[in-house]
Amino acid sequence: MKNRLPLLLGLLLTFNANAELRATGDLGIIIEREAGSALIIDTTEHKQLARIDKLGDLSHASVVFSRDQRFAYIFGRDGGLSKIDLLQDKLDKRIVQAGNSIGGAISQDGTLIAVSNYTPGGVKIFSADTLELVADIPAEYADGKLSKVVGLVDAPDQRFVFSLFDAGEIWTIDMSTPKKPKIEKFKNVGKFPYDGLITSDGRFYIAGLFGESGLSLLDLWEPEKGIKRILPDYVKPDEQLPVYKMPHLEGWAVADDYIFVPAIGKNEVLVIDKQSWKLVKAIPVAGQPVFVMARPDGRQVWVNFATPENNKLQVIDVKGLDLQSTLTPGHAVLHMEFTPRGENVWVAVRDDDQVLVYDTHTLKEIAHLPAQKPNGVFFTSRANKIGF
Amino acid sequence: MKKSLLLLGVTLNCLAAEPTSVRQAELRHLLKNDCGACHGLTLHGGMGPALLPETLKGKPDEFLVSTILNGRKGTPMPPWKPFMNADDAHWLVNILRQGPQ
Repeated sequence: MKNRLPLLLGLLLTFNANAELRATGDLGIIIEREAGSALIIDTTEHKQLARIDKLGDLSHASVVFSRDQRFAYIFGRDGGLSKIDLLQDKLDKRIVQAGNSIGGAISQDGTLIAVSNYTPGGVKIFSADTLELVADIPAEYADGKLSKVVGLVDAPDQRFVFSLFDAGEIWTIDMSTPKKPKIEKFKNVGKFPYDGLITSDGRFYIAGLFGESGLSLLDLWEPEKGIKRILPDYVKPDEQLPVYKMPHLEGWAVADDYIFVPAIGKNEVLVIDKQSWKLVKAIPVAGQPVFVMARPDGRQVWVNFATPENNKLQVIDVKGLDLQSTLTPGHAVLHMEFTPRGENVWVAVRDDDQVLVYDTHTLKEIAHLPAQKPNGVFFTSRANKIGF
Repeated sequence: MKKSLLLLGVTLNCLAAEPTSVRQAELRHLLKNDCGACHGLTLHGGMGPALLPETLKGKPDEFLVSTILNGRKGTPMPPWKPFMNADDAHWLVNILRQGPQ
């Protein structure tokens, strides 16, 4: 026994030395839409750490992160809400909370997860810790009908904000007292709001409209002033091109004094002045923009497109407000995500079964990772950003 | 002989020429990814309605083909005419009626 002790100690020491310490601040999630799986990736090493399977229908998916950046919450198309432990490479908890769902958000204090649902239309709010239901808010409008809910974001003062696609309304929910959600409704905001976003300071919520021209703006510092319409006359109904993929507004592009948004029914990126809310410039691009995302420093804005132009990425130079470059990463460029300080951008190329990493300064590809039909890339740095 | 008669029947039934196998693969890809963007990968619906056999029951082929080719005004459904012809659309309607494979 006496002889064994040093051996045992030695073994323990070796074991400790081998157990890899891991931080999560440079990790991320890649969604594999058809397999219904998620890859945990390291954005510094450009490598895959693990694959988590059996996450349901991820043909449309989005991800938020706990404030300690240990857990990823994945919102799937089929109403699935999966909590992934990035430290232990495993599924921590999973529930199916609705029939058809579109996205979600995490509360300001990190204790609540809200999910926006198409069927049944509404928002459900869960404990971030246990995934137990905290509040159920049906998006009821005329005659007890339920609206699909889109554009759900977190907002300061423990609020969530979202839009009702069918009803043309914007609602805010104050969850300061979780048992008593306080709902405020803004009606007649415009026809078919298709998505929404919040500025990184948490002040302005903007819903993009599909059924008519322009966007709807809510100033959360002065909600009593109601909804302001932006660019109401921008697209004439007879000149609107068909839209082959709904744009997303989640990748909120604020750069310099401008906001960059995809035009609906025009092959343009709109540049809006953040003070006057007037159009500064419409930049012609290769196709119908889907994601319009600013590099974190705001120097560039990257744009991807709906079919049939979804093999391209275009880079807008924010200084000159014009196109800087056109890249052709491959077949079906679905999503992109910047590293926290923007030196790299990761690009999901669905039909090539890979994710490409670009240097945003040289615009050269520097790495690629295999992934099965990837449709989304999400980094843990989102944990500390309002609206992500 | 019996088999070819059967095939003839199917062809006549949908009044359209069957797309080539290469084209069929392209259409299946489009159905999964482009239609699926709104109607769901499993066609159980999303922003657009479900496209399952039971939801399409009672809707005539002509109506569905026209919806695919010309879109539906007042809804987000766009016209797919730039990307396919009537034969392709007929073939897609038949695929939808058979349900998810």
